[in-house]
Amino acid sequence: MSQTLFEKIWNAHIVHKASDGTCLIYIDRHLVHEVTSPQAFEGLRMAGRKVRNVGATLAVADHNVPTTNRALGIKDPESRLQIETLEENVKAFGITYFGMGDVRQGIVHIIGPEQGFTQPGMTIVCGDSHTSTHGAFGALAFGIGTSEVEHVLATQTLIQKPAKTMRITVDGDLPEFVTAKDIALHLIGLIGTSGGTGYVIEYAGSAIRNLSMEGRMTICNMTIEAGARAGLIAPDDKTFDYIKDRPMAPQGADWDKAVAWWKSLPTDDDAIFDQDIHIEANDIAPSVTWGTSPQDVLPITGVIPNPDDVSDPNKRASMIRALDYMGLVSGTKLTDVVIDKVFIGSCTNARIEDLRAAAKIVEGKKIASHVQAMVVPGSGLVKAQAEQEGLDHVFLEAGFEWREPGCSLCLGMNEDRLNAGERCASTSNRNFEGRQGRGARTHLLSPAMAAAAAITGKLTDIREF
Amino acid sequence: MQAFVKLTSIPAALPLINIDTDMIIPKQFLRTIKRTGLSAGLFYEMRFDEQGNPKSDFVLHREPYTKSTILVTGDNFGCGSSREHAPWALLDFGIRCIIAPSYSDIFFNNCFKNGILPISIPQAQLDELTAAAEEKREITIDLEQQKIVCGNSVYTFDIDPFRKHCLMNGLDDIGLTLEKESLITSYEQTRAQDKPWL
Ligand code: SF4
Repeated sequence: MSQTLFEKIWNAHIVHKASDGTCLIYIDRHLVHEVTSPQAFEGLRMAGRKVRNVGATLAVADHNVPTTNRALGIKDPESRLQIETLEENVKAFGITYFGMGDVRQGIVHIIGPEQGFTQPGMTIVCGDSHTSTHGAFGALAFGIGTSEVEHVLATQTLIQKPAKTMRITVDGDLPEFVTAKDIALHLIGLIGTSGGTGYVIEYAGSAIRNLSMEGRMTICNMTIEAGARAGLIAPDDKTFDYIKDRPMAPQGADWDKAVAWWKSLPTDDDAIFDQDIHIEANDIAPSVTWGTSPQDVLPITGVIPNPDDVSDPNKRASMIRALDYMGLVSGTKLTDVVIDKVFIGSCTNARIEDLRAAAKIVEGKKIASHVQAMVVPGSGLVKAQAEQEGLDHVFLEAGFEWREPGCSLCLGMNEDRLNAGERCASTSNRNFEGRQGRGARTHLLSPAMAAAAAITGKLTDIREF
Repeated sequence: MQAFVKLTSIPAALPLINIDTDMIIPKQFLRTIKRTGLSAGLFYEMRFDEQGNPKSDFVLHREPYTKSTILVTGDNFGCGSSREHAPWALLDFGIRCIIAPSYSDIFFNNCFKNGILPISIPQAQLDELTAAAEEKREITIDLEQQKIVCGNSVYTFDIDPFRKHCLMNGLDDIGLTLEKESLITSYEQTRAQDKPWL
């Protein structure tokens, strides 16, 4: 019978299936970070349980880590305690850990692929919603809560019901300056933040196939913002080339065996999805959010919308609230919106290609005098690579700050934070109220668009930059 | 986990759509290594002003809603981050049941792991419950019967039978799964043979 990529992975991981369709599925890889794991380890300890498969587990500290001089340690006592707790836990339970001084340390969704820990056909979980990122490799990867983290640590399985399947096909050539981030934002604008709830989304079509692995990760990363827990892209030669020879990738005869299996994974030609959506690449423009939900998105040529044009009372109320929070007036051109800060970073857009794209815009220019801008590489290895290419100099000379890797201003758990009322052009993934700091205003966009905004001091159409 | 059978309370209404988990509990409360004490951060930015003083007009600070165990709210509740701190904070405040048209998947799952019952009902019924909340009328949730009783109205709701069983008996998933230990072991043996690189 014809199967989708999702069904193939799902079926290969069923340990037990109950009569009502609930399955116990095996989890191949488990990523752990400091924020969502302490209570899970505490639960294991209280029940006298061990970690079932330590080799399948990789831990890193990313959310709380300082992005400035690490030699000074962590000032905030609670942040410090959380990281120390992780360090004790990985030691006690025997889990591989990339500590703050390790060049391999970075954002959990950047280091998995970087190490070859992430591979096609796997089930991958993490106590973090953006685990969807790893779907770019054709792995079924999704975020879980802390109780489920504990469940996976103890049993290496999860109790799950199969998801519905949705295919989003993006065909044609992307217009110049339109990136994976713009596809993701465009799509969320189209289907809404709950459009994907209950589904696993497979991305297909020539525009997706033509993306680099990094672009594919950006799209899968943002899948959770459309409500779907997982995004998937069929593995192909690009995928295999990316993984080959990475430290945790299969070697020798195992490699050949693995590739043979990976090649059998793509969705069969006549497989059926519960929902099929088609998008023309040509219809996508460089995009930016104006409100407090990733679905509040417009092409950069747009104007701030008017609540009077919305008939649904709940939606109108939420638009009024968003405009008030964002301090924006209906009818204003997006390109007239003045910004205070620029953040280039996060698991969405802090890989080497993202930094290259931003550096290309910035090169030889200076950021606007009223703007504070920073680049936070996704991992120590991304940072090292960028420095080898001289990108750090490009950014520093333009007036950007060049930081240590971590989540940073994506959620502001460490010391990087916006002040109330500050407006930020950000390459991250969430523009929720308070996300980047209490009262902070976030506009999501691509790295090149963020770089252009830093130079001009306002939201900018990269095509006219 | 505390078992959930029946619950009667004047519900608190928070009629906003797309309430995300950053709103339910902002990041500064995620630095804890405990599951308890999180009610201090619940809906923090809506509940407290910039100096940390309670906003007296926020629903959970008004009587009788300070004692509500049921929250009636808008579509797509709990979207965004996977943080289980969101249901922990709700539970710590005393909320045992949430009623909304829909939820994000991860938040929905997380509720069940903590003895919280998330109920999905259509908007029209929700509007009636919101009215009941505003009029300070009690409603009753009967999980066994899968019913919401609100004055003379009775609404039924769906729930996955396995989840219902676990909630009603306060069962811990890990214990249940470990009963299938031999199945996990034999899966692992086959996996090691077929896919040695894993
Ligand atoms: S970078 Fe942002 S979205 Fe990604 S894992 Fe860190 S906090 Fe979460």
